[in-house]
Amino acid sequence: MDNTIILDIHNVSKRFPGVQALDDVSFEICRGRIHALVGENGAGKSTLIKIISGAERMDSGYFSINGEKASFTKPLEAINAGISVVHQEMRLVPQLSVAENIFIGRPQTYKKVKLVAWKRMYREARELLDSIGAESIDEREITGNLSIAEQQMVEICKALSYNAKIIIMDEPSASLTDRELTMLFAILRELRQRGITVIYISHRLEEIFEIANDVTVLRDGRMIHTGPVEGLTRESLISLMVGRTLDNEYPKEFVPAGKTLLEVRNLNMPGVIRDVSFDLKEGEILGIAGLVGSGRTETARIIFGADHSARLSGDILIRGEKVTIKSVQDAMRHGIALIPEDRQRQGLVLGMDVRGNISMASIDRISRAGFLSRKKENDLSEKSIRALRIVTPSGRHPVKNLSGGNQQKVVIAKWLAANSDILIMDEPTRGIDVGAKAEIYKLMTDFAKEGKGIIIISSEMPEIVGMCDRVLVFRDGMIGGELQRTEVTQERILNYAIK
Amino acid sequence: MVTGSKRGGIDLRRSIRRISERYTILYVLLGLFIILSVAVDSFFTIRNITNVLRQVSMVAIMSVGMFFVLVGAGIDLSAGATVGFTGIFFADLIVNKGVNPYLAILLTIVLGALIGLMNGLLVSYARLLPFIATVGTMSIAQGLALIWTNSYPVLDLPSSIEFLGRGYLFGLPFPIYVVIVVYIIAFIVTEKTVYGRFLFASGGNDEAAYLSGINVRKVRCISYIVCSVTVAISSIILCGRLDSAQPTNGSEWGFDAITACVLGGTSMSGGKGQVLGVLLGAIFVGILTNGMTLLNVNSNMQTVVRGVVLVIAVGFDVVRSRRAARG
Repeated sequence: MDNTIILDIHNVSKRFPGVQALDDVSFEICRGRIHALVGENGAGKSTLIKIISGAERMDSGYFSINGEKASFTKPLEAINAGISVVHQEMRLVPQLSVAENIFIGRPQTYKKVKLVAWKRMYREARELLDSIGAESIDEREITGNLSIAEQQMVEICKALSYNAKIIIMDEPSASLTDRELTMLFAILRELRQRGITVIYISHRLEEIFEIANDVTVLRDGRMIHTGPVEGLTRESLISLMVGRTLDNEYPKEFVPAGKTLLEVRNLNMPGVIRDVSFDLKEGEILGIAGLVGSGRTETARIIFGADHSARLSGDILIRGEKVTIKSVQDAMRHGIALIPEDRQRQGLVLGMDVRGNISMASIDRISRAGFLSRKKENDLSEKSIRALRIVTPSGRHPVKNLSGGNQQKVVIAKWLAANSDILIMDEPTRGIDVGAKAEIYKLMTDFAKEGKGIIIISSEMPEIVGMCDRVLVFRDGMIGGELQRTEVTQERILNYAIK
Repeated sequence: MVTGSKRGGIDLRRSIRRISERYTILYVLLGLFIILSVAVDSFFTIRNITNVLRQVSMVAIMSVGMFFVLVGAGIDLSAGATVGFTGIFFADLIVNKGVNPYLAILLTIVLGALIGLMNGLLVSYARLLPFIATVGTMSIAQGLALIWTNSYPVLDLPSSIEFLGRGYLFGLPFPIYVVIVVYIIAFIVTEKTVYGRFLFASGGNDEAAYLSGINVRKVRCISYIVCSVTVAISSIILCGRLDSAQPTNGSEWGFDAITACVLGGTSMSGGKGQVLGVLLGAIFVGILTNGMTLLNVNSNMQTVVRGVVLVIAVGFDVVRSRRAARG
């Protein structure tokens, strides 16, 4: 491994209205290494990436590639200079073939006539795919048919086709299964072998220790630490990111289980879920694990009345009484709440203020004869903001300006305001930084103590292991296994989930 | 953390900025007003201003309906054609069928509601794209308006109807009172009622609204009904003003209404806008038309200018929402 510096970032600053996104950031990235970039949400990672990849311009400072000062005005210039980004959400055209996507924008043509040289294009795509060990991907396959992990590989090939020297992976693991992640890591190691530099962004710290050589920590737009991963511990990395030590990542407290709140009996939806039965008691935190697409979210949405269908069969009992849930309104009447997996798309109306989002599911409580009471609404929102310690200038502040953690708290506040006592939380801490995560966990514990029943659906195993009293593992639309708190381990969960 | 007094300062500055951002139209309107006052002697006279207000009243009223649809993240392209159809229906009832004028007004509004219901059902329940569904309705309304009277206009409405368009009450043209009432109701509905809140939520993010227990389909469907009802009201006033009805009357007003909404800060992507802005937008459209007429711009050229204004307004909206999306 040589120690030549490929990317040298010098005093880079960037200001957006109201926020100093990057403040005098300087560090170096060595060639042929995997360099992790970590920090809480809003720490400046994405802004920095956007500047390096030409999507955003810096206010001051500079950076150089291989000792040459670079200044990009658009992404294409960065790509031509050897910097490619593999985005979290794929930027491929799903209707086109793999090969077409790899060579999109500059298809292989014959020398004399400008017609697409299909054979050559397919051959070169094949070579690229093979070179990173993606033999299983057919270069003629329609890209939309590929899994997220495979699409990621196609993106990597696309970057390689531009002779990328630096590949930036933006949260690549967010929607990968463990097996896919192992494959991705193998590819990244292969790239490193070939002298390609990888900038790796992730919220999952264990990945950083597994794959990265170096790490740079950003906090509030400032560079806090840069250096080799060796010698750092998980705890020290967290305290660098958060700026304080986090005494307890999972503030789980034992709450004696009360009466049975929710019973699900033989829930069936052809092609979606099969024979799902379980119950939830007061004060209990029930975890639902399993792969994405194993029926976890589907079950939650059915219980919540969001996906009612005539083909649905089975019973739902609340406090021992059989209930009919055909709509979200029905579920709400029975005190069921769903905090959905994608908070920006499903949980919040981003254009509205915090207050309006909090009161959205309890309109009956703040209105009379169809007219809103501003006073009641303000009281409700102020109370929730205080109770959940939501950091916002006021209830009238647009919810889109809040950090991810605080946005999630607003969604939770919405359902607390609605007096829900069965809280189904789908990926409750996705994309939330470490500090805010701990606060959400603390809230869960508080809710359990109040006698609410909580269901956590999560792909983050440490969270399931750390917080839940009992875990159901879904597989292929069924409950593949159940584990008590004393027996829960990541291995056992995986065992049930994958079989 | 910020101190109390400092926060107050920030809040004030923020709210000034918010007002100026929301009502850019206010400056534009003022600018246009000053230019026209200087350029045309006859512009800034009581007579002409009253005239402008009366002219603008009809587009202003249906802009409110269009506002509801746009806030719900839809669009109603049938509004213009519905002016013609409801007008013909109304005039025909009175002149040819001898229906009592009050009953005719009621029936016309019911017809408007039915047209709106059709749009609403197509968009909300049959899940057609608003563009396509309402273009279909537009064509149907256009065709029916022509078929109804065999393409002939309906002439000589009784003087009681004339009052609706031309009459004066306490020195002000009658339609202005209708505008005031409609805007007050719209203001109350959008700012103070559960329906208004649900409409903004459904337009802002239908998925989140649905998962919060809001009946998004119903909310959207109602917005289309509101739109066509305001169109019917405008159409009745127009009949009074012209003393007659033409099948093609008001065919371009649908676009004027969209222009008024967007100029007034309503977002084409839904969930955003204020009623007051819409009124200012409608007044702008009215003054622009009036100014061009006073300056002897020929009517075909006026159509071109209105198209340009619509494109510019929507263009600004695109820039605005793109900036908002970046956060």
